[in-house]
Amino acid sequence: MEKEIFTQIDKAVRRANFSLRRDVFALIEKAYKLEKNKKAKLALSWIIENVNIARRKNLAICQDTGLPLGFIIAGEKVKIDFALVEDIKKSIEASYKRNYLRASMVSPLLRGKPGYKGVTIYLDFNSKIRGLEVVVFPKGFGSENKTKLKMFNPTVSFKEIEDFVITTIREAGPQACPPFIVGIGIGGDSSYALYLAKKALIERIDKPNKDRFLASLEKRLLRRINSLNIGPMGLGGKTTALAVKIKTHPTHIAGLPVGVNISCWALRSAKVKINNVKS
Amino acid sequence: MLRVESPLSLEKIAKLRKGELVYLSGIVYTARDQAHKKLVELIKKRKALPFSLKDSIIYYCGPTPSPEGEVSGSCGPTTSLRMDGYVEPLLREGLKGMIGKGGRTSKVRELIKKYKAVYFLAPSGCGALLAQKVLSKKLIAFKELGAEAIYQLEVKDFPLIVGIDFQGRSIYPTSSESQGR
Repeated sequence: MEKEIFTQIDKAVRRANFSLRRDVFALIEKAYKLEKNKKAKLALSWIIENVNIARRKNLAICQDTGLPLGFIIAGEKVKIDFALVEDIKKSIEASYKRNYLRASMVSPLLRGKPGYKGVTIYLDFNSKIRGLEVVVFPKGFGSENKTKLKMFNPTVSFKEIEDFVITTIREAGPQACPPFIVGIGIGGDSSYALYLAKKALIERIDKPNKDRFLASLEKRLLRRINSLNIGPMGLGGKTTALAVKIKTHPTHIAGLPVGVNISCWALRSAKVKINNVKS
Repeated sequence: MLRVESPLSLEKIAKLRKGELVYLSGIVYTARDQAHKKLVELIKKRKALPFSLKDSIIYYCGPTPSPEGEVSGSCGPTTSLRMDGYVEPLLREGLKGMIGKGGRTSKVRELIKKYKAVYFLAPSGCGALLAQKVLSKKLIAFKELGAEAIYQLEVKDFPLIVGIDFQGRSIYPTSSESQGR
């Protein structure tokens, strides 16, 4: 394992698991101030206290330290090879072990003793960045289990798409640890729609979508979700989601894939630059 | 707000109403999917259990390893619904309390009423906060399951909300209970 790579990855793993993202925490604090339902407010105060303890004591925000996802994002003129990807993967595994994070990975059918092997890597590209970035995203499975994909007809109404998202949230309910951050991917093929839904979660959630149409759709969905009265721990109130983020991609004339990937309130991800890449 | 100590008894349980805030102290046993499967297999084969279920509390939790200098790693609740199929044999052996997150099937609600037990909700995703309430942590059984093994936790003032009381009354509307996994 390259030392420089491990140092950077270790930083990302620790930051993701111990310190909640600032954009997420700011929205939780805002929700706490606005929430009128007493029980929901109590649940939000537990969340805030939990985040503060985790940061202060270097403890995992949640015991479900997720299926660790590694997004490797290459900018211009970066060369990626197998050895580099393996190094990043192994660094995440080693860092999880070293930092007392939970070994949650098992063989899917045979199960057995959970271990640290099984980090999932996504390769992506971004022409707007220089060099190489890695985002470590510990994805908790209480919320991951509620993922939905629907292949709509191309003539579907926007209302039907919205209703699908709302039904997905209602079915997720208290088990997926609200208040949620809802990632939505629209377009591409089936797996790419779900990939976009997940990718939406690693981007900042406190900024409106740059696309005005999508921004208004996000706003409308957030309002509808927050009128479901699910609330933190399912105790009711108006804080069922903190944000809705939509990403789109061109799709086929015959279809309209919509993927929904929910994050629990503890949306944890951290980005680092990897410097020693030959370019 | 009420203070409750484990082991539980009918007298203690009968005081708890759905939606109430409770501070629990005493012993709880962690068990999640695989541990439940094993416990129920042992019961079916009439073999000895690794701990006595009588008047006990099971906590649906798989903690992180304890860092040096800490009694416990992060230890919040996991989704209870996944354990619903295993609940009855455990109640028959004397289990009185369950701690987890989210709703239960209507079947479990009926079982809680039948066996006069109680279901608590722990603060979801608040494992670091809950770890501060753990006085001791001991591996009891199924070491081979790692985080899914059974740990005995001694807790002090564990903050909980009564999800389903002994009369089978749930904090969640029925519609949201049987959904999802």
